[in-house]
Amino acid sequence: MTEILAVDALSVAFHGEGGTVQAVEGVSFALGLGETLAIVGESSSGKSVTALALMRLLAPPPGCRVRGHAMLTRGDGEVVDLLALPEARMEAVRGRDIGMIFQEPMTSLNPVHRIGAQIAEALLAHERLSARAAGARVTVLLDQVGIPEPAERARAYPHQLSGGMRQRAMIAMALACRPRVLIADEPTTALDVTIQAQILELIRRLQSETGMSVIFITHNLGVVAEIADRVLVMYAGQVVEEAPVTTLLRRPLMPYSAGLIASVPRLEDVRSRGARLPAIPGNVPAPRQRPEGCTFHPRCRFVREVCEAARPPLEMAASDHAVRCVRWRDIAA
Amino acid sequence: MIGFALLHLAPGGPLSQFAITPGMSAEALARIAHQMGLDRPLPIQYLDWAGHLLSGDWGRSYRDQQPVLAVIASHLWATLELMVSSTLLAMLVGTWVGVLGAVRPYSVADYLATIGAMVGLSIPTFWFGLIMIYVFSVWLGWLPSGDMYASGDGTLLDYLRHLVLPCLVLTLVTVATWSRYMRAAMLDVTGQDYIRTARAKGVGRRAVLVRHAMRNAMLPMITIAGLQLPTLLGGALVTETVFTWPGMGRLFLDSIGYRDYPVVMGILMFSALLVLAGNLAADLLYVVADPRIRIR
Amino acid sequence: MSATLTVRAATGGRSRHPALRRFMRHRLAMFGLFAVLGLLLACAIGPMISSWGPLTIDLRHRFQAPLEGPHVLGSDQLGRDLLVRLLLAGRISLFVGFAAMAISTAVGVVVGLAAGFYGGWTGTVLMRLVDAVLCFPSIFLLLTLAALVSPGVVTITLIVALTAWMEVARVVEGQVRALRERDFALAAEAVGVSDAHLMLRELLPNVVAPIVVAATLNVARAILLESYVSYLGYGIQPPTPSWGNMLNNAQEYLTSAPWLAIIPGAAITLAVTGFNFLGDGLRDALDPRLDVTR
Repeated sequence: MTEILAVDALSVAFHGEGGTVQAVEGVSFALGLGETLAIVGESSSGKSVTALALMRLLAPPPGCRVRGHAMLTRGDGEVVDLLALPEARMEAVRGRDIGMIFQEPMTSLNPVHRIGAQIAEALLAHERLSARAAGARVTVLLDQVGIPEPAERARAYPHQLSGGMRQRAMIAMALACRPRVLIADEPTTALDVTIQAQILELIRRLQSETGMSVIFITHNLGVVAEIADRVLVMYAGQVVEEAPVTTLLRRPLMPYSAGLIASVPRLEDVRSRGARLPAIPGNVPAPRQRPEGCTFHPRCRFVREVCEAARPPLEMAASDHAVRCVRWRDIAA
Repeated sequence: MIGFALLHLAPGGPLSQFAITPGMSAEALARIAHQMGLDRPLPIQYLDWAGHLLSGDWGRSYRDQQPVLAVIASHLWATLELMVSSTLLAMLVGTWVGVLGAVRPYSVADYLATIGAMVGLSIPTFWFGLIMIYVFSVWLGWLPSGDMYASGDGTLLDYLRHLVLPCLVLTLVTVATWSRYMRAAMLDVTGQDYIRTARAKGVGRRAVLVRHAMRNAMLPMITIAGLQLPTLLGGALVTETVFTWPGMGRLFLDSIGYRDYPVVMGILMFSALLVLAGNLAADLLYVVADPRIRIR
Repeated sequence: MSATLTVRAATGGRSRHPALRRFMRHRLAMFGLFAVLGLLLACAIGPMISSWGPLTIDLRHRFQAPLEGPHVLGSDQLGRDLLVRLLLAGRISLFVGFAAMAISTAVGVVVGLAAGFYGGWTGTVLMRLVDAVLCFPSIFLLLTLAALVSPGVVTITLIVALTAWMEVARVVEGQVRALRERDFALAAEAVGVSDAHLMLRELLPNVVAPIVVAATLNVARAILLESYVSYLGYGIQPPTPSWGNMLNNAQEYLTSAPWLAIIPGAAITLAVTGFNFLGDGLRDALDPRLDVTR
């Protein structure tokens, strides 16, 4: 499979008044052409920070230090390290080679500009177009994302649209220049369930039409089951498991992943009386108070002494399945 | 809107009292009082006065019996020139300083700008004016120290030379407050999500700054501009006095000195109206600028 | 989600020297505090220990520039020592500042409490009144009132106070209005306490922080206003010295004896700046935690 993005040992540290926080540690993954990779995790797992780091949207040093490499293969075959590009070149990459959509469409759109203008801005940042040509492209884009009466809607302001429409407009904006990679940071979390389904469907359709790769960040396993090809599970800033989606959902090797999957309510379980929803005890550790050894060990059912000793390395359980747990063999048996 | 109504209420009452001039004999006083209808009940006096006001009759100056409105009008332009020029300058400089402070917060430049603004607010305008006069007129001899024109020379260059110092002095306080508020507004805006989105699209940093950050930060500044008007007028009064600039402010002071109350009241009313008009304009401008607010 | 918050903090604030920022805040406020205390001390004690009296005329040393003769800061056209006059004037100006602040704060708090508490008609009317008066430039109002009364320290104080209470009232009204609907206020009301009790014992203590900030800034403003009025000739009259009227005097001699103008003005600036820094520092220290409208 051709790789379009190869991330190697990405780590992000924030330096603030209270000290240093290691938000992301040693994250590595590869994104294939046309593939959908889901990054799953709870709060402070570092999934959003990872995405922002790839886009170089975090604060510059000394506030924030990013280490590692992220090799992107651009449309013309050129390979660049996203984390090492000078800012001017990075601006050319953002929007053109990688598009990004965010969680809150209301606050993510500028309230004083019309959405047509904002989408056109994405186009004009990368291509030379006349105003009229840009306008025409905008109308086409809005139509592609399923907004009715696109020519009129382009003249609307963000507050005049519903949540679902705004998110569609955001998607149109991100895909305006036909990027090869789309990073979606929890795009459906703030939307109603029915709209959620529509947006997911839209992303899937666009993906099959354009062949782009998608990194989908979410904490919702249901969504993961719907659209992902492969899954990356993150906990406390590290990747703790990586596998194809069916493998992960059927046979998770890391106790955390297993716990996550088990805690999704199932209709059959509800029916049987006395069934309790299995939950992972304890809380996600605050970034500054990560435990020694395996960061998950205080909450793990299978904990032994060896778990507190040292940070477990990422091991390959199979050719396409990685897990960060010292005892995975014992647990699986 | 309600301000209009209350405006008429506020100064009308107590101020109609002060046609009583100290230092006049009781008899003369009584005579004048009767002439002016002051021995009629107060409410009637007030209504009478208000009626006159609305119909354009603002009374006559004690000094030279000219209609008050005409007197004010003849001095109005000078003050407006001063105010407009200084406001423009203040906005330009203040915006630049404020944006700079927001783009590099807590840097050395920002620190200096903040302190400078605070000190600028604290300097008495007239003292600053005197210092300026000393430096530029006395010591360096570059600029004239008073009036609007040197006698006999009405050219534009001469006018500009006379305008420079008063304009600079009046700009001081405005620029201090403007830059502080601008910085705060910008800092607020740059933390917003849509800035992040714009950057994610690949828009250049300068374009993000101007088209997104400043455009949105300007909104609260419009309101601020309106609120600054009274302070600006007060500053104009002082500046005109120091530089003997023939404007409304100096007229006010002179009239008080002459106990020319109709003019004094006239100017008070006028300045209040000016402020109200300014605020109204600011409100309208805000509605135009912010698409989220539209009058139905 | 704390991840999003961390992210926001990272992408929103480009804090280069967070430690510098905190230090700077404290330093400015400290400077303000020292400046104010220093001035108060100097003005209170200074004239007593100096060998010159405020009215002592020393014709042999007229128009002496600072540091060039027996007078430390120079002397004026009558040979009166500038330093002593400055400090005495300081007593007056500072007194007016504090007294006016006290009065205007008291009035402002009362009006603001009443307006915010009762809301409805009374509240709106009161606040509209405040807004209406705020339309007038304070200097215009000040001068008008000053021209009516015979000038003196007390009257000037009262007049300055009259033009300054509105801002306090505004702040207090906003805070009280927000607090009014909070649970603890409603609970107290349900128990059946009197209006006065509610206002004074429950709501007022919570509004103290913004009031303190506003009061400090008010002193700065009062000092400034007094100097304006006195400079224009309608405030404190000579021979009682005040920083403002010293400047009025000095204008004549600007070309020959500039220090007569520079020094009193510098004193005003120092005092006002000191109070402003102090007020700002207080606002930073107290506000985020206690400002209920945020």
